[in-house]
Amino acid sequence: MNPLAVTGRATIAVSRTVGGIAFFALDGMIRGLRGPWYPRQILRQMIEIGYYSLPVVGLTAIFTGMVLALQSYTGFARFEAPDAIPTIVVLSMTRELGPVLAGLMVAGRVGAAMAAELGTMRVTEQIDALLTLATDPLRYLVFPRLIAGMLMLPLLVLVADVIGVMGGFLVSVYKLGFGPIEYINRTFDFLEAQDVISGLVKAAVFGFIVALMGCYQGYHSRGGAQGVGAATTRAVVSASILILTADYMLTEIFFSR
Amino acid sequence: MNRPPVKIRIRGLRKSFGDNRVLRGLDLDVPAGRSVVVIGGSGTGKSVLLKCILGLLPADAGSITVDGEEVVGASNATLDRIRRKFGMLFQGAALFDSLPVWENVAFGLLARRQLDRAEARERALEILARVGLGAEVLDLFPAELSGGMQKRVALARAIATEPEILFFDEPTTGLDPIMADVINELVRRSVEKLGATAVSITHDMASVRKIADRVAMLYEGVIIWEGALAEIDRSGNPYVDQFIHGRAEGPIRVLQMAPADRAVRGEPSRHGP
Repeated sequence: MNPLAVTGRATIAVSRTVGGIAFFALDGMIRGLRGPWYPRQILRQMIEIGYYSLPVVGLTAIFTGMVLALQSYTGFARFEAPDAIPTIVVLSMTRELGPVLAGLMVAGRVGAAMAAELGTMRVTEQIDALLTLATDPLRYLVFPRLIAGMLMLPLLVLVADVIGVMGGFLVSVYKLGFGPIEYINRTFDFLEAQDVISGLVKAAVFGFIVALMGCYQGYHSRGGAQGVGAATTRAVVSASILILTADYMLTEIFFSR
Repeated sequence: MNRPPVKIRIRGLRKSFGDNRVLRGLDLDVPAGRSVVVIGGSGTGKSVLLKCILGLLPADAGSITVDGEEVVGASNATLDRIRRKFGMLFQGAALFDSLPVWENVAFGLLARRQLDRAEARERALEILARVGLGAEVLDLFPAELSGGMQKRVALARAIATEPEILFFDEPTTGLDPIMADVINELVRRSVEKLGATAVSITHDMASVRKIADRVAMLYEGVIIWEGALAEIDRSGNPYVDQFIHGRAEGPIRVLQMAPADRAVRGEPSRHGP
């Protein structure tokens, strides 16, 4: 095999996929914004993403907060600075772990479901049926999911932030001997609005990524049940990788401010 | 005898999937108000033909006009307008499984935003009555229905907007002979009641004899014979003879597999109207 040809083929394949996803996203947003709108579909997706992800995201957040408190105690007790724990917990949660972990959990829960649902609709010709009924699948199926992802993940992250801080609080107060009022005061001492806002911006981007990958992979799935399974896997894997990549890039942007 | 105007005119239609040339310069005229049935073996590209006419699959070359309006290469807006003339019954029914029966039936009406939801529900009940279903199915979900009932609901959905043109993709596949006859009868009646132009594809000869005015046979990507239903038994065409009598021996080469059908089921269509 000619190594140049192999490299070239891989490069073309990657560019085609990236271009395809970008075009799909733009097309979905532009057509969706132009309307007609399907408020019923948007609402349904918002409930699916926002409300039904609460238990998963909440559990993830509380354990993360608890672990954060324990681990940072182990570290900071060594140089006599356990007072830093509330600050570390709240900053880690709001800036980083809240959005990333919520994003990853939602990718597994919602992104997979979207890919499976749209993939099944594709292979059973329901997407073709939409077109014959004068309904644009990008407006009816894709746009409501993109919007719902973008709007609901920040709300989930806000809840995750609070629950995560509560997890840290519980461990610090009941296990590490912090005073409850002291802990809460210290939590807010160094917290700035920007910490929370940067996390929420991240969450909106991650929500968009999850919905986009779920829709893209589902919409373009082919070949029956096996194809839908493969699309579901691709949706979760690609969303997770993109979330971690975007997380670094967004942190870089916020860091330089 | 005055001939009806041509509703759908197809000239030189070509469509390939990779190296697999499914349609190879197909010509076909569908006269207005007539029911044309396209017959042909599995994997000969019958579904591809319907999807090309609807613009669900982009044709590689050729021309398809509906009422004189070109489909091949048309903009999404034009395609959207042309598609509003159509109703299609899909092979696997393709009902929306997240919506109850009445919303499936009224989907096209709701999409056109002519009715509110309460009115649409009323209309769905009327339309369901035409396919022999009653109020008890209105709030069921497609997964709760038998195959025959799903086909009926899908038929109701296809005729709900009273389209000028109806497409039927294998209307009787997967049904027992009695239910198949019921569906054929419903197809026949729906077309007559609406005065619609119909194009069906099937390999079920009982279905052909019940619903066709004209028959066209698709083989190796082109229409090799076309004529009135009455002429089918004396077509003098060995391919047609072999097909309608279901003989393994004859000029038709039996393919080892059906790549065309596979390609169609999985091939994403162009985005939207």
